[in-house]
Amino acid sequence: MKRLIVSPSPHDENYLKTSNIMLNVCIALVPAIIAACIFFGLRALLLTAVCVGCCVLFEFLCRKIMKRENTIADLSAVVTGIILALNLPVTLPLWMAAIGSFVAVVIVKQLFGGLGQNFANPAITARIVLMVSFPAAMTHWVTPFFWRETADAVTSATPLALGEGSALPSYLDLFLGNVGGCMGETCALALLIGGLYLAARRIISLAAPVSFIGVLALLSFISGEDPLYQILAGGVFLGAFFMATDYATTPISTKGKIVFGIGCGIITFVIRRFGSFPEGVSFSILLMNVLTPYIEQLTRTKVFGAKEAEKNEG
Amino acid sequence: MKKLNGIRLKHRKNTENCETVTFPVPAKVKLPMGMHMGAPCTPMVKVGDMVKVGQKIGDCEAPFSVPVYASVSGKVTAVSDYQSAMGNVCKAVEIESDGKQEICEDIKPPEITDKESFIKAVRESGVCGLGGAGFPTHIKLNPKTPLDTLVINAAECEPYITADYREMMENTSDVLNGIRLVKDMLDIKNAKIAVEANKPEAISKFTDMAENDDSIDIITLPSAYPQGAEKVIIYNSTNRVVMEGQLPSDVGVLVLNVSTVSFIYRYTQTGMPLISRRITVDGNAVGEPKNIMAAIGTPMIDILEFCKTDMDSVIKLLSGGPMMGMAVPDVNMPVTKTSNALLAFTKYDDRKPSACIRCGRCVNVCPLGLMPAEIDKAYKLKDVDDLKKLKVTLCMNCGSCTYVCPANRKLAETNQLAKTLIPRK
Repeated sequence: MKRLIVSPSPHDENYLKTSNIMLNVCIALVPAIIAACIFFGLRALLLTAVCVGCCVLFEFLCRKIMKRENTIADLSAVVTGIILALNLPVTLPLWMAAIGSFVAVVIVKQLFGGLGQNFANPAITARIVLMVSFPAAMTHWVTPFFWRETADAVTSATPLALGEGSALPSYLDLFLGNVGGCMGETCALALLIGGLYLAARRIISLAAPVSFIGVLALLSFISGEDPLYQILAGGVFLGAFFMATDYATTPISTKGKIVFGIGCGIITFVIRRFGSFPEGVSFSILLMNVLTPYIEQLTRTKVFGAKEAEKNEG
Repeated sequence: MKKLNGIRLKHRKNTENCETVTFPVPAKVKLPMGMHMGAPCTPMVKVGDMVKVGQKIGDCEAPFSVPVYASVSGKVTAVSDYQSAMGNVCKAVEIESDGKQEICEDIKPPEITDKESFIKAVRESGVCGLGGAGFPTHIKLNPKTPLDTLVINAAECEPYITADYREMMENTSDVLNGIRLVKDMLDIKNAKIAVEANKPEAISKFTDMAENDDSIDIITLPSAYPQGAEKVIIYNSTNRVVMEGQLPSDVGVLVLNVSTVSFIYRYTQTGMPLISRRITVDGNAVGEPKNIMAAIGTPMIDILEFCKTDMDSVIKLLSGGPMMGMAVPDVNMPVTKTSNALLAFTKYDDRKPSACIRCGRCVNVCPLGLMPAEIDKAYKLKDVDDLKKLKVTLCMNCGSCTYVCPANRKLAETNQLAKTLIPRK
């Protein structure tokens, strides 16, 4: 008798794989990396390479030590590495970047069970850990194009930390990224291109980014701040398009994604306005990550033809 | 009106223009007694008996059952135990053909005067849902609640299969006559023929032929899988929702497959019961994809070889479509009343499932709005309460979730397993 393979339906194949999705995210991040290189010099590339290399290495070692299947081929560690690098100031010592990678991949991701199981965004958490551990190095901002002018980096403040009375950068500079800040967060244009690319490829839904940015702009407007300045400055675009859309740590349903985005917008606004940190994007996403399981419980999809909760029974 | 989710599949209807070819009389047939959903029949013949074409060889007293007829004339060589691809066990009658195809003397058009005699005739025809599910048709025709709409399922939403399409193109008038017959007999006001948008020729043919009949509407369904699923087709053609625990008849709807209704009409004219059916033979191992009219019980291997299939290269054989069809364990198994396609492949996707990345694709494609990713999690935890809340019992196993999963998780399979955890009331 001829041997045939028997398996449950469906038998049709779909060639979209996890690694494919991750590769698309990497592609979407390329404009931001290029922008970082233009504004902050080639050290941006070095820092990215170190973060990616460390993340992949830690993932490999961690899986090996835990005697689990090797998962570096799914490229999720590469994505974490790039996003982490984009969240760092370009002058950060490389060993600190390595610590950040360790926190992201080993502590936040693998110790909770690996891909899809982590409750918090690895890159965000690593950024916060580094910020709390090395506040000076993590807030050492340099002016764009410093690398063309002098050998010494010129320190500058991020647009959100500029005191009253100092000259604010123009909208165009903010949009293009010609301001101080983390190497990947300044260029809103590059992040927008990447985000829209992912949305066009149907990798991410725009529900969370739109509600995040929309709520932040609305609250800023109501409180008398310049809404456009508030959304273009700081890490809003990086956070909204690449971290508030992380599959593992945000709700699945569209309703849930909108709630998540609104929450991020509110928390970011509150921290910026009333908190002691100039920037609140990272904290807002982390806090909403923690709330995600609850949001998920409350925003389940409505099942077609399902009876309402069985009230009459029992 | 809410739009139900669906997925775009590659249609691959390679055989849509292949006119039906009649398969020569097979040397041997094997007729399982349980080709329909419900109680299997008891064999009425024994080894050594001579049978003729259309002779009843199996029947059952249970109402939820349909008789089986000999598809060739010849000698009964065995009455053996048989296990279907679904795993159901029943008896099977094997007949060696004498090649003469002598027709049984009992074959004559049934006398139909009223609803009761019509339903009886439908049962005697041996017909069950020819779309693949095999539900005994006469049961559907006799619901407890009144019917007002007949929906003809002509979606044929699965890739490859064109068996129903060929029925629509080759026997259009039989389809329409069948619809009128069922409508008259059951006193149903309206009929709707629901065809997927990827069959424009069938749509225009029906539209032309039913032009003067106000009671027959042609509905163009969007070309998104699974349009042929009962709840989906009812919603998309009548806007009615079949609620959890309800039958289509509870909302006044009767759904019949297009080939089934056409067959019923032919049976009332000729009296020849269901002994053959149209099968789409396709797949990358098949040299000449075809639509074949084959005697029920013909070994699959005969049909595959007839279509120039390289048998050595076949590693997966499906009875039915690639989304909901059954993988067949043995090429010598017979085609049954419900085999609408025979697909032979040389490739098999053996990727292992990896971790769920919570991308939500399964949730976005489920036509019923279920959350397969959450069901997967709840199943792992054996959380019966949560599985109930997630309404896993409503899953119709269309397979869309598994199809889109980038982590290659077998979500549809998990849903079926999860159903078994929920105690039946």
